[in-house]
Amino acid sequence: MKCIVCVKQVPDTSGVVAVKEDGTMDRSKMPTITNHDDLAAVEAALELKDATGCEVVVVSMGPPPAEGMLRELLAMGADRAVLISGREFGGSDTYATSQIIAGAIHKIGVEPDDIVLCGRQAIDGDTAQVGPQIAEKLHLPQVSYAAEIKVEGNSVTVKRLLEDGYMMLKVNTPCLITCVKELNQPRYMSVPGIFECYQKPLEIFDYEALKDEPLIDPDTIGLKGSPTNVYKSFSPPVKGAGMMLEGADKATVDQLVGILDGKHLI
Amino acid sequence: MAEFNSKDTAAFKGVWVFCEQREGVIMSISYQLLSEGRKLANDLGVELCGVVLGSQVKEDYLKALGGYGADKVYYCDSPLLKDYTTDGYTKVLCDLIEDKKPEIFLIGATNLGRDLGPRCAARLHTGLTADCTHLDVDVAKYKEFLKTTSTIDVDNTAFEENTNLKMTRPAFGGHLMATIICPRFRPQMSTVRPGVMQTQPYDEAGAAKTVVEKVAVKLDKSDIGVEILEIKKAAKKMVDLIGADVVVSVGRGISKDPEKGLAMAQDLANALGGVLGCSRAVVDAGWLEADHQVGQTGKTVHPRIYVALGISGAIQHKAGMQDSECIIAVNKNADAPIFECASYGIVGDIFKVTPMLTEAIKAVKASK
Amino acid sequence: MDFHLTREQEMLRKMYRDFAENEVKPLAQQVDEEEMFPEATVKKMAKLGMMGIYFPKEYGGAGGDVLSYIMAVEELSKVCGTTGVVLSAHTSLCCNPIFEYGTEEQKKAYLPKLCSGEWLGAFGLTEPGAGTDAQGQQTVAVKDENGNWVLNGSKIFITNAGYANVFIIIAVTGVVEKRGRKMKEISAFIVERTDKGFSVGKHEKKMGIKGSSTCELVFEDCVIPGDRLLGKQGKGFNIAMATLDGGRIGVAAQALGIAEGAIAETIAYTKERVQFGRRISQFQNTQFELANMYAHTEAAKWLVYSAAMKKNAHEPFSADAAMAKLVAAENASDVTRRCVQLFGGYGYTREYPVERMMRDAKITEIYEGTAEVQRMVISGAIGVK
Repeated sequence: MKCIVCVKQVPDTSGVVAVKEDGTMDRSKMPTITNHDDLAAVEAALELKDATGCEVVVVSMGPPPAEGMLRELLAMGADRAVLISGREFGGSDTYATSQIIAGAIHKIGVEPDDIVLCGRQAIDGDTAQVGPQIAEKLHLPQVSYAAEIKVEGNSVTVKRLLEDGYMMLKVNTPCLITCVKELNQPRYMSVPGIFECYQKPLEIFDYEALKDEPLIDPDTIGLKGSPTNVYKSFSPPVKGAGMMLEGADKATVDQLVGILDGKHLI
Repeated sequence: MAEFNSKDTAAFKGVWVFCEQREGVIMSISYQLLSEGRKLANDLGVELCGVVLGSQVKEDYLKALGGYGADKVYYCDSPLLKDYTTDGYTKVLCDLIEDKKPEIFLIGATNLGRDLGPRCAARLHTGLTADCTHLDVDVAKYKEFLKTTSTIDVDNTAFEENTNLKMTRPAFGGHLMATIICPRFRPQMSTVRPGVMQTQPYDEAGAAKTVVEKVAVKLDKSDIGVEILEIKKAAKKMVDLIGADVVVSVGRGISKDPEKGLAMAQDLANALGGVLGCSRAVVDAGWLEADHQVGQTGKTVHPRIYVALGISGAIQHKAGMQDSECIIAVNKNADAPIFECASYGIVGDIFKVTPMLTEAIKAVKASK
Repeated sequence: MDFHLTREQEMLRKMYRDFAENEVKPLAQQVDEEEMFPEATVKKMAKLGMMGIYFPKEYGGAGGDVLSYIMAVEELSKVCGTTGVVLSAHTSLCCNPIFEYGTEEQKKAYLPKLCSGEWLGAFGLTEPGAGTDAQGQQTVAVKDENGNWVLNGSKIFITNAGYANVFIIIAVTGVVEKRGRKMKEISAFIVERTDKGFSVGKHEKKMGIKGSSTCELVFEDCVIPGDRLLGKQGKGFNIAMATLDGGRIGVAAQALGIAEGAIAETIAYTKERVQFGRRISQFQNTQFELANMYAHTEAAKWLVYSAAMKKNAHEPFSADAAMAKLVAAENASDVTRRCVQLFGGYGYTREYPVERMMRDAKITEIYEGTAEVQRMVISGAIGVK
């Protein structure tokens, strides 16, 4: 049995967001982190490894520096890593991305007792599309928004979050599960893990390595092949600042309430 | 049935809306999407269809979709469709789309819609744009939209004339807006977050006119790989942030005394007749449940009054509340970005200002 | 000279920092105010392989290097001086002498349990009448007819004492003549907490590092097997001094961390606090104070790191460790005092951590050789006699 975990390196938008002159985010100036939901997926896989001794393979698509993130996941306890990296893959939308990752997972091989784990969504795109689309390409049943996962043999029970509750679902391996960060508390890298992580195998899948994969159609990957394209991008106008009320005392508060009352807002 | 080819764009016609039901009741996002879909269908001069998958959904509910603009309702009935399963819903929907070939297909970005949409798009070999906040087909209307919402010099910019669906969504946490098109594949698919589109008034005549077509469902239990063991609703009533008239939100500023901070915010919300919201930091710290969260990863709200207490105003938070009618911000930091979008700002300690505000509002209300 | 950390050390730094921020910092105030030994934290550290960082894997260690360990003490001490010294005393003063001087059997018996964190270690040299002056030792060990050692006496100010399972104990085993003078023969022993006749005595109430368990050790006809002698009989003084040389790098790292932590807290505070209509970080006094503190702390850091790298390379490092400890400890006291001043009245309250850091810093000028002892070591090394 093995767990294949899909992870993405994302800019850390929790701190200061660097913005270029044209209003787009300057990724090069921002620290990168492993996407939170994806870390939950890694932890879920490592817990399964603790319980069953299964192999954990982490897979990421991104530029070469993403290797640093994969090494960290190896230091947490993953057994091997695959980095999908190639200029031909750049600019892929979710359809193209999932096709490429599905091709890479197919190349790694999905056995009948394997589980593919993904984060629910990445904080830079927030689409939540890649996981289900990988599942479709690999013809695997999927469960998204997993907040609890229990594996018994080849049967997996998942608590799937709804807006106002949850569903308990049962699915057999091989399957794909997307995880929310509430699923668990990811472990730290360990000291021995760090000293071992550069000895663990990390393979790079470039375009040459994947172009003959049956799941990948070279015409529908990358910026050119992606079904969706950017028509226009623009910055929202800065909303004119409103009225700052001087002082923070009763007079100010009364002034504010007076204005609201005058506008029939209360 | 003709061979389905998503690249044969000319073969596709009509606007479809997936009308999600849970426990036999149509979800309100469906009405929002139909209202929006109606405008698109009018601009294209095509039919608007609602699609309902379920089991023994009341005829009245199906007809009512016409009241929000649907010319036609496709109803797929099967005991296997009573509750949502990815496999069952994807198969039935994709079969229907492959047969009828709509050019636009809209899905609500609920937890289930976000599971279904990508799976269908991948099966149909077409693109999908997530969490759209604005949709256009007509370039002239799109330009009007840009005039009020962007910094683009619209009159001196070239726009390619076409009737592709222009799907606008925030990118990079709202720092940038991107309009996405899917020019070479059909249907053009998009998910739309609940609360973003306005529901148009219900039209009795439309409801009377609408045609409900029952679709023969080809679905076997063996098509469904996931078994539903149980569906449970949270015991606690969820906060209705999206429909709220007034939202009082708290941020990291309550960290000095979270319990007191929440209590005084609740008092203010009560005085204003509103509900309690919060920023992501508050949920991350465990002070409030995630259903209170406003912002990019939380809910999008546009109440009449939005009060931000001790919220610095990170772009992710603003993305969920900046379209509120009147924004009141209280923050001890005069440079907090929240003041950039506030209608009224007070620089001060929320622990002092909030109770005063509550009292002043109570006093005004009492005098009426 | 290479001033760059290895890629593994960079990763370790990140992991230590995450751990310190999320697991150690939230408890630091409680550890101080309630004099609480951070037992749960030590368990977590053990799980992450932090209790035997630079010992070989065959003995249960993480197979790392000395600097990687020193950085752990530094990062922990940035947020909690107590947690820093627990690791330092365990590693430098207990694991290290067993690894350096122990027989293969002793290493196999003790190191795996110490490195896994199942057992905690301590070191007992100081007595009421003797600290660094080893000739003042009163604790004696006598061999009985069965070949066992019988220990009598007491040790004071022993770090980790209340929670340690293994103690390296220095005791007098006889009298020898050296250059015509009668000298005490000093030897080192491994004592287990469960040994008969051994007990942990009075717990000291301290000014700082309040959560660290500092107690008296009492030996009343404490009988231990003959094979608990560590190193050769009569080599105890050398073992103790060499052990302290290593320990000083740990204490220096603790001092370094405390200073860095105080500076970080102060930078954050001065950017928030407004006086006379400006953030106090905008006043030149604040800027120059922090610039000085930062520069001196960086200087201390290179002394500490260089001593760690020399120890790792098995080069002589005694004077380097003394210089590192002297400079880092005095800097920590100086920096934390200045930080309290920049905080003003709030700095004197226990609402902010800088007063705790100031109290914690002081001990680094005292234990494992006072600043004066470090000066003796350094002046000796440069031939000023």
